Amino acid sequence: MLEIKDLHVSYGMIEAIKGISFRVDDGEIVTLIGANGAGKTTAMHAISGLIRPDSGQIILNGQDLSKVQPHKILKLGLSQVPEGRRIFAGQTVEENLFLGAYIRNDREKTLNDLDTVFELFPRLKERRSQRAGTLSGGEQQMLAMGRALMSNPSILLLDEPSMGLSPLLVSEIFRIIDEINKKGTTVLLVEQNAKRALQIADRAYVLETGLITLEGTGDELSHDERVKAAYLGG
Amino acid sequence: MGFLSYLVSGLSLGSVYAIIALGYTMVYGIAKMLNFAHGDVIMIGAYVAFFALSNFGLPIIPATLLSIVVCTLLGVIIERLAYKPLRDASSLSVLITAIGVSYFLQNGAQIIWSSSTKVFPAIFQSGSVSLGGASISYLTLITIGVCLIVMAALTLFINKTRTGAAMRACSEDKGAAILMGINVNHIISVTFAIGSGLAAIASVLLCAAYPSVYPTLGAMPGIKAFTAAVFGGIGSIPGAFLGGLLLGVIEIFAKAYVSTQLSDAIVFAVLIVVLLIKPTGLLGKKIDEKV
Ligand SMILES: Nc1ncnc2c1ncn2[C@@H]1O[C@H](COP(=O)(O)OP(=O)(O)O)[C@@H](O)[C@H]1O
Ligand SMILES: [Mg+2]
Repeated sequence: MLEIKDLHVSYGMIEAIKGISFRVDDGEIVTLIGANGAGKTTAMHAISGLIRPDSGQIILNGQDLSKVQPHKILKLGLSQVPEGRRIFAGQTVEENLFLGAYIRNDREKTLNDLDTVFELFPRLKERRSQRAGTLSGGEQQMLAMGRALMSNPSILLLDEPSMGLSPLLVSEIFRIIDEINKKGTTVLLVEQNAKRALQIADRAYVLETGLITLEGTGDELSHDERVKAAYLGG
Repeated sequence: MGFLSYLVSGLSLGSVYAIIALGYTMVYGIAKMLNFAHGDVIMIGAYVAFFALSNFGLPIIPATLLSIVVCTLLGVIIERLAYKPLRDASSLSVLITAIGVSYFLQNGAQIIWSSSTKVFPAIFQSGSVSLGGASISYLTLITIGVCLIVMAALTLFINKTRTGAAMRACSEDKGAAILMGINVNHIISVTFAIGSGLAAIASVLLCAAYPSVYPTLGAMPGIKAFTAAVFGGIGSIPGAFLGGLLLGVIEIFAKAYVSTQLSDAIVFAVLIVVLLIKPTGLLGKKIDEKV
């Protein structure tokens, strides 16, 4: 469904992504793991149009996203939960969720999806009229995920959803990602928390300073000596 | 004249500042730039209204509407041609460009319409009502009324419409707004359109009170309204409203009770004191740097 071919991205003179290729098939959870600064966020931003790549292709269901205007990418079914959540702190939880559905005109289905999001994240329902900036870190992550789901995407990109959360919340977030996937949404997950990511992923890629150095199923990489040494604490 | 008369004329002058300040503050809030050509849009609006009234003999409402249409288009065109190409440039380049646009409009007006002053026709009945012993002109009441209507309409628009929600999203985080499928360029255009349309309304109110039309007409109200926007907290819509009204009242009180010559100095002194105590202005939040 999503295929990245020989992607190059740079910031001025510095090349952050040096020609990577990977793919995410329909229904999969694929994870991209790598250390801080490896280029994971850059890759995510290139896919969702926040940065223009220097070269390469980003094919979503046959269409090259690098040639699509950034704000039109969501309509093609690709939604992103950005690193650091980037919720609209000054607006209420509900307003944030409706912004997630900004591109939609089907009011009734949107309200259905709002209910689905509230089922997935009951905390958001409790706090629906509260300003998003007053939520805890975990709740903000849930809001960012709920907001991204409000467009009813066919593929969801998550950039370090577990960042800064307590171990208990991390487990909760990963459980929910799995649930979202089981309900039919394809997932591309970027994580520094390699252990958890590999547990739920069908397939995984290891990104090191702008290059993919390893790939395999989640299981294979969990048991790979190099991955263990570098990302799973030995 | 007594205290009450001064207060009401201050609120009236402040209403004009507030309407102009809304344009500065909205553009700053969303495009994160100071549009120094905003004052000159007022000047163009004044010329359009002047010709509509004097040469075409239009009544005041259609003349104002025409001025709004022209200024709205002008604002959108300025943004498209001068500012949009600089979306990723440094804020200094954008500022210099805005000053350039300002001179361009002033000099353009001078070439087309000459620098001689045109006298704006009297458009409102010169009657007045008396309130607590003070006599208040219709124009004063209309000006304050228009400002209240503008403020109410804008608040509703920003808080209750889909485009308003998109504007609030853009002002908080443009990248995240793009991820919501919001066309940020379109929202910036809409912002310039609204701000410039408001400038046209302000121009008519201003010329009704001070009936001279000349190419640098917009400079002084522009800088005062900019001050009002900073005073209230740039980026904040209620801040622009409050800042505008307060600035008008302070200016009139300073003129009445202290000195006509020192009134502007007093206005800016108050601004400096406010910014020393509260650097983000009265109602301002954290000021985002243009990134
Ligand atoms: N806005 C930017 N300007 C310049 N360099 C950047 C910018 N963002 C990221 N980089 C650089 O690009 C590289 C990859 O960063 P990033 O994609 O954020 O990595 P990750 O998400 O894997 O931590 C890093 O070396 C980082 O310093
Ligand atoms: Mg990152």
